[in-house]
Amino acid sequence: MTTDENSRSNVSLKERATRIRRYALRMGEVQGQGYIAQALGLADVLAVIYFHAARMRPEDPEWEGRDRVYLSMGHYAIALYAALIEAGILPENELETYGSDDSRMPMSGMAAYTPGMEITGGSLGHGLGIAVGGAMGLKRKKSDSWIINMLSDGELDEGSTWEAAMAATHHKLDNLIAVVDNNNQQADGASQEMLGTEPIHEKFAAFGWHVQRVDGNDIDAVVAAFDGAKAGEIAKPHVIICDTKMACGVPFLEAREKNHFLRVEPQEWAEAIKIIDEGRIS
Amino acid sequence: MQSAPFGNALCKVARENPDVMAVSADLSNVTDISPFIKEFPDRYVQVGICEQALATVSAGMAREGDTVFASTYCAFAARRAYDFIYQAIAEEQLNVKIIGAVPGLSTGYGPTHMAPEDIMIFRGIPDMTIIDPCDGLDTEQATYAIAEYKGPVYMRIPRVQAPVILDQFDYEFELGKAKMLQDGKDVLFISTGLMTTRCILAARQLAKDGVECAILHVPTLKPLDTKTIVEACRKTGRLVVVAENHTIQGGLGEATAMALISQGVMPSGFRQIAIPDEFTDAGTLPTLHNRYGLSVPEVCNSVRSWLK
Repeated sequence: MTTDENSRSNVSLKERATRIRRYALRMGEVQGQGYIAQALGLADVLAVIYFHAARMRPEDPEWEGRDRVYLSMGHYAIALYAALIEAGILPENELETYGSDDSRMPMSGMAAYTPGMEITGGSLGHGLGIAVGGAMGLKRKKSDSWIINMLSDGELDEGSTWEAAMAATHHKLDNLIAVVDNNNQQADGASQEMLGTEPIHEKFAAFGWHVQRVDGNDIDAVVAAFDGAKAGEIAKPHVIICDTKMACGVPFLEAREKNHFLRVEPQEWAEAIKIIDEGRIS
Repeated sequence: MQSAPFGNALCKVARENPDVMAVSADLSNVTDISPFIKEFPDRYVQVGICEQALATVSAGMAREGDTVFASTYCAFAARRAYDFIYQAIAEEQLNVKIIGAVPGLSTGYGPTHMAPEDIMIFRGIPDMTIIDPCDGLDTEQATYAIAEYKGPVYMRIPRVQAPVILDQFDYEFELGKAKMLQDGKDVLFISTGLMTTRCILAARQLAKDGVECAILHVPTLKPLDTKTIVEACRKTGRLVVVAENHTIQGGLGEATAMALISQGVMPSGFRQIAIPDEFTDAGTLPTLHNRYGLSVPEVCNSVRSWLK
């Protein structure tokens, strides 16, 4: 979806985010559980990336002129599949295969399986390094494409992320945008209680990055951040730290104390989807 | 003696292929790529002392079409960057050649920098090509071959000053092929890397005692040339001695044993010359090679004792 096509579309980014949430919930229902809270939290950012910021052609996911969108945290695959379905890169009728045998949509994202899944993340701390190499490769080809690498706040624990962060600055990779989904939740509890990575923005700034920190559930703010990065006026790698709310949009799931991996009762899926659909109107 | 066989071969490859890039994690001198850096400064990326970034950055470059030669010490590639090589490079079948320097027991600098288990580790990766050349000639030819090959490769290169010995044989490196260097009725050496040189020299000593040794050089450990190895072992009555600059676990010895068993071939004797399954001592190389049985005199002593 090129930026031009996006601007012609009469579907709002808010509506895109709603649909992404809906697809994610429907996939979650297939398995009865999953990384739903992350998908709901990141839906607004994904809507901005796929329907505003990234240049792509849904009918040709490997188009050479595309912006590369990397998902470093492979366990967010459910979120990305939802965005890829909404973008028309994956067909909606495959949604029910999520996490099943022979599906193109495994539980943790794999590049070899899914159109539009650029890299295999999952083992955390890989994505930003691959993004550095990819950004170098694009520059060498004199391509004007961007690398947009999504990573989670938990990945900031990984030393390899900071190796890559240093390399990105050293090699002046101003065609790279890292997007940190900062939801302060990881497997064992609150991220900041596991290994305090705050102040994240100051750390990236100290590493020489152009830093923006926004409310990741405020679509206008996320749009402005991507526009700021892609304006191309700052000769540094860009990071957009998106503070997001786990399970955003479904209050009864937001309220669950530990929602890193949500187990949702069978009747709750319909309820969640209903809430999302109602939210669409307001 | 041949100066920087890998680096010079890489330059030759790069002159013909503009996609060839080199990435280094601070060890460009010991990993032998200085000639490349000198000739192609724009095609060289330094990532610093970051082996994980070495793997991921190389993966990203390869995704965009580069043929990447990423180099560090074997120990750091195998032990430190393994997950990144496994997932970011190998699972994706990316065109990254990991060049490891100082394989097995080839530094006197100490166990922290030795890599006795690197082959065992990389053998765990499906479809990973693993090469252990014996000398500069082998390294040079292997470099040409892996540059042509599309896909991930781990090549552990011998020390820069390794003496050339294969020029005395009618030898040419072929990816995936084992080569019989000489025949002999009493002992069959099956060897790789540094130990092929040692076996050649040991065979000359043993010949003086009237012991005739065949030498099968196996530079490609994965995929293993099972056919050639099994055929060589079918000849009954000769002692099979697998020799490698690697721990006794998970290297050429075990791979050979598995190949033989799977084909129902039972040689009259089967022995291994390898680094023992223990944390190796610090010390000078000649001492350690004697202690662990890798030196030419110790190879001769072992074979003599096994033939009694």
